[in-house]
Amino acid sequence: MSVNQTTSDEVLIGRIAQGDRLAMQVLFARHHVRVYRFVLRLVSDPAMAEDLISEVFLDVWRQADRFEGRSAVSTWMLAIARFKALSALRKRPDKELDEETAAALEDPSDDPEVTAQKKDKSDALRECLTALSPEHREIIDLVYYHEKSVEEVAEIVGIPENTVKTRMFYARKKLGELLKAAGVERGWP
Amino acid sequence: MSTMNEKAPERRDIEDLLPWHAAGTLGRRDAERVEAGLAADPELARRFELVREELAETIHLNETLGAPSARAMQTLFAAIEQEGAASPRSRASFDFGSRIVEFVSSLSPRTLAWSASAAALAIVLQTAVITGVLLKGQPAPGSYTTASSEQAGQTAPRGSEVLVQFAPQASAADITKFLVAHRAKIVSGPAGDLYRVRVADERLSKDALDRIIKAMQNERGVIGSVLPAN
Repeated sequence: MSVNQTTSDEVLIGRIAQGDRLAMQVLFARHHVRVYRFVLRLVSDPAMAEDLISEVFLDVWRQADRFEGRSAVSTWMLAIARFKALSALRKRPDKELDEETAAALEDPSDDPEVTAQKKDKSDALRECLTALSPEHREIIDLVYYHEKSVEEVAEIVGIPENTVKTRMFYARKKLGELLKAAGVERGWP
Repeated sequence: MSTMNEKAPERRDIEDLLPWHAAGTLGRRDAERVEAGLAADPELARRFELVREELAETIHLNETLGAPSARAMQTLFAAIEQEGAASPRSRASFDFGSRIVEFVSSLSPRTLAWSASAAALAIVLQTAVITGVLLKGQPAPGSYTTASSEQAGQTAPRGSEVLVQFAPQASAADITKFLVAHRAKIVSGPAGDLYRVRVADERLSKDALDRIIKAMQNERGVIGSVLPAN
């Protein structure tokens, strides 16, 4: 993310703190797709993800005057989004969660040989990315897609920086194992 | 693994940073360290290629997730409208200002077009009020007054109001449902974490108000605390 964009986000937050709805619309337009995708990857439910991003940006509206600028606005918003998503998941009936988790886990390992035959390496990689645990999926998305530094991931997820590195390492290791099970040998791990 | 020689601890240290190096989010010093490691260690360079594949496919996967519908934005701005027309800072300046906000929001449908008109009307009316205060020789309205404060000579609210702190996990939908269930309306706020909420248009007896407060306090998923405001 460029310096200008970061500065501009901070200026928008200052205006939002003054009750400027146009600034709110600009901030929403700029970030809502990425926040939505982050939430969707956590909750795996498009309707719920839509509801949650409204709530995330409503929190931004309510708390803009308390934003201290110690982190990037996008990092702050992803931290709010994560909190909202996890709270929503906790409220969801266990049955629903179990079915979803099972579905996610079944996908790549159901029939690895067929997967390997039918799909090329990129397809297999994307499928295995989807099959990772929510914890591993989250960190991979934050690092690769949301371009968050070690420090920023630590802030969003609420874990020490060394744990961020370790978790990312094990997420990648798990990804390699899933790929191997699907018939894609990468020579690591 | 045979390739894991005496350089292993340092390699692992650098290998841990490869995802951030690929995403371009490392600081300069770490980036230079990784570059040096990649140049000196062919196995590390091979693993970096794996990281780059993962990066590309993660972006691809996320980009195929689509985007939310316009409903998300409509819900957001309807909720903002519900919270009141004034900004978080100016909301608490005047109780009379809150009345204007309440009056305007009770007239206007929750659309963006209307909110612009409502905001313009609120500005005009507030300007008139501020001018009146200045003509009376009062201090400028920059002096901050919370929505819950009672000033000398201020007219007491006509209805019955309470101060509500919503639970941090309460969603906009939860709050809307709560307000509808209790026939309540947010008058102003937040001042700190407290919103001033009107629960009846007439002055209720203390017992009646206590019953309402108790009923509200039972909604633990939505409410942090409720206090009488007047």
